[in-house]
Amino acid sequence: MPTVKMNVNGEAVSGEVEARTLLVQFLREQLRLTGTHVGCDTSQCGACVVHVNGVSAKSCTMLAVQCEGADVTTIEGVADGDTLHPMQEAFRDNHGLQCGFCTPGMIMSALDLAGRNSAPSETEVREWLEGNICRCTGYHNIVKSIMAGARAMAAGQGG
Amino acid sequence: MPKDGIGASVKRKEDYRFITGQGAYTDDIDRPGQTFAVFVRSPHAHARIASVDTAAAAAMPGVVKILTGADYAAEGLGGLPCGWQVTGKDGPMVEPAHPPLAVDRVRHVGDQVAVVIANSAAEARDAAEAVAVAYEALPAAASIEAALAGGAAQVHDEAPGNLCYDWEIGDKADVDAAFADAHHVTRVELVNNRLVPNAMEPRAAVAEYDRATREYTLYTTSQNPHVIRLLMGAFVLQLPEHRLRVVAPDVGGGFGSKIFHYAEEAILTWASSKVARPIKWTAERAESFVTDAHGRDHVTVAELAMDRDGRFLGLKVDTKANMGAYLSTFAPCVPTYLYATLLAGQYTTPKIWCGVQAVFTHTVPVDAYRGAGRPEATFVVERIVETAAREMGIDPAELRRRNFVPSDAFPYQTPVALVYDSGNYEGTLAAALAAADYNGFAARRAEAESRGKLRGIGLSAYIEACGIAPSAVVGSLGARAGLYECGEVRVHPTGSVTFFTGTHSHGQGHETTFAQIIAERLGVDIDAVEVVHGDTSKIPFGMGTYGSRSLAVGGSALSRALDKVETKAKRIAAHLMEAAEGDIEFADGQFTVAGTDKSVGFGDVALTAYVPHNYPIEELEPGLDETAFYDPANFTFPAGCHVCEVEIDPETGAVEIASFAASDDFGNVINPMIVEGQVHGGIVQGVGQALLEGCVYDSEGQLATGSYMDYTMPRADDVPSFSVSTETTPCPHNPLGVKGCGEAGAIAAPAAVMNAVHHALSSRGVSRIDMPATPARIWQALNAA
Repeated sequence: MPTVKMNVNGEAVSGEVEARTLLVQFLREQLRLTGTHVGCDTSQCGACVVHVNGVSAKSCTMLAVQCEGADVTTIEGVADGDTLHPMQEAFRDNHGLQCGFCTPGMIMSALDLAGRNSAPSETEVREWLEGNICRCTGYHNIVKSIMAGARAMAAGQGG
Repeated sequence: MPKDGIGASVKRKEDYRFITGQGAYTDDIDRPGQTFAVFVRSPHAHARIASVDTAAAAAMPGVVKILTGADYAAEGLGGLPCGWQVTGKDGPMVEPAHPPLAVDRVRHVGDQVAVVIANSAAEARDAAEAVAVAYEALPAAASIEAALAGGAAQVHDEAPGNLCYDWEIGDKADVDAAFADAHHVTRVELVNNRLVPNAMEPRAAVAEYDRATREYTLYTTSQNPHVIRLLMGAFVLQLPEHRLRVVAPDVGGGFGSKIFHYAEEAILTWASSKVARPIKWTAERAESFVTDAHGRDHVTVAELAMDRDGRFLGLKVDTKANMGAYLSTFAPCVPTYLYATLLAGQYTTPKIWCGVQAVFTHTVPVDAYRGAGRPEATFVVERIVETAAREMGIDPAELRRRNFVPSDAFPYQTPVALVYDSGNYEGTLAAALAAADYNGFAARRAEAESRGKLRGIGLSAYIEACGIAPSAVVGSLGARAGLYECGEVRVHPTGSVTFFTGTHSHGQGHETTFAQIIAERLGVDIDAVEVVHGDTSKIPFGMGTYGSRSLAVGGSALSRALDKVETKAKRIAAHLMEAAEGDIEFADGQFTVAGTDKSVGFGDVALTAYVPHNYPIEELEPGLDETAFYDPANFTFPAGCHVCEVEIDPETGAVEIASFAASDDFGNVINPMIVEGQVHGGIVQGVGQALLEGCVYDSEGQLATGSYMDYTMPRADDVPSFSVSTETTPCPHNPLGVKGCGEAGAIAAPAAVMNAVHHALSSRGVSRIDMPATPARIWQALNAA
């Protein structure tokens, strides 16, 4: 079986994987980083979104071996120790989550948007979330969270 | 009021673990030595199983065990039980056997035939593909219409004509007489489209057996682990409860679909003692589509009789409801007692008759999905009322006002069994119309027309029966269990509190809401309160979370347990202060001797309760840990009004929701932030039903909408932000005065959206659009009109 090496949340990791092993399987099953979720099998729901080399990506749709040498960030790598990232704070402050299952993917996707657009409009946030499905919140508070989180990041409170 | 008490929008205690990726969902649980299960499932809607050959699969790498329906049947274990018996006109419903693994016949695509257990999930998947099942395909009946047609394929031999039951409520002759006096009769034909609940977390289970203790543990994605333990232990696998622990850890949404006892739970638990290793199964989304119980799927004809002024004289409703291939746990009560009993809506309609035929088809079982029967009832009532208003030339808001149960008429006995306890329908209507700027609609429509767009506005004045359920009432209607709830308040020696609840939180925020009630009542800091749910080894009992019951029933049990804690704590305080028990007052966490400055804090009383010296042990038992059960006196009746405004592009048929305003009466509100979130989510599920979601089977019973590529889930850019607010008439019969908020949005929204769509299209001569009102359907209707 091939060995794959990558940096995950700032740490060098390696593991033996099958050629067919998906990035999300490597993260969840071998590294036990279970914050990244699998909600579908057609790359639609976005519960599995992580960052690969700083860009949001669906980890259910990449092979682990495609990430050889890559920098991968998962939801577990977003907070600074016990200090939450402003986007995480924004989700809590704005009740941007209910069951929490889609939340890691939402936050990872939101961070990518906020990095590109420091003051996204409601329309821009809604269009950006095309690849992330939530069944609980009706999106109302997720949209509020992301707009607030992006503002907080731009205000230099983190990011 | 403490800052984190009742009525405060406290930020949720559970959020930290979810926003940092530390939630613990079932698929996140790995047990030492764990194996993995994959189910072999029928690709046919209906077939005879000629043989199941597992030899080649068993020889595949990593395979530990393969079990078939014949293996299960050989042990004489039970089938999956149904929890509610409906008695129809011709006697009790037909209740066919539901084997957890099919033996000789499969009855829907996805019906499970065998389970393959292997060292890895990939090995199990590979071997499952090598299990050779010889099917003899049979004709299928994949819809209500097909199943009721002459010569239709039979789903179960014991159900001729595929009829599960033919049930009615009301006196039809009496209602017919009311129609004879009518000035006008409005008639509608409605399809309540079949939906797939689609909680974002797919179902999963981990089962393990401990040979030393002979104990089974099942981790499962459930809304009610005690119910699963009871059904699976007593009726399916015949395992004693003291050796069966069921844990529902963090659960990623339920919406009803995780109430039911599913075959995979029983098969994994059964198999775990055979392989003597833990077994994990996690559904793929495609598997969820063909195994999670679906929702709705009614076909209805309704007629409303009115006098000259639009006063309702009578309502006749004839509904056919799809049960799917087997009776899921609560399926029979959904289109009867959770549906027809709500057909009075908010109105004084004096005569109502409803007939319901429940039909077996070769499709996935249908059961409760967010609202369960009440969305279907609201859709009938609110579509026909709005249609009647347009036909009579009366403003739809005004027609509703003329027929509302007045706010001074409670308790109000409807003609369909329920006694409404409280309500203020004028109030929520007025608030919703104001929020929607109803009076400004004509100007907005004119402006839209100038841009070539069709604009419409629609109302939905809904009512639901929640807080399920008064046990004696539901027992008399066929429920095979009472629907109490249980709560245990354990005060620890230093005054912190753990609350054990039989309800289950899978997004609703119970860990916060219940903690607020305790903080308010005992005067402790909310951070000193922990709420525990979802583990039969920790919580005495529980019926779980569904039917908007957690606060109304579980919160009431909490309130009763807190009463007991306070009573006992007062006795301890009286002892500490050498005062009479009757002189002790308790407020803000302090026990005071009335009329004196003597007081003692809650923490001191708690410490005395556990580590007493100088304690009247003969008269007063140590400890401060109280359990209470609560059985509601009646259902609760949340009600309100939702107003939707849409704009349709006639060139494309695309519907845009221009605005959506909701005013709801949930009784007293504990956490407004959480309540608003519940309404937002419910509305979008309702919008999804109205505009986007539709489960489609082809005539052979193949599911054409079996993935997110085909089944349209609402996404962020399909909906706007919402205006939501509450009016409050407290529930008069539970201690917190609460009614429940979880289902309202999904109940109200479909009719509001569809009334708006029909209003928008009315100027172009389109009179009927079924849900989902997709661009294709609307475009075709516009071009055919």
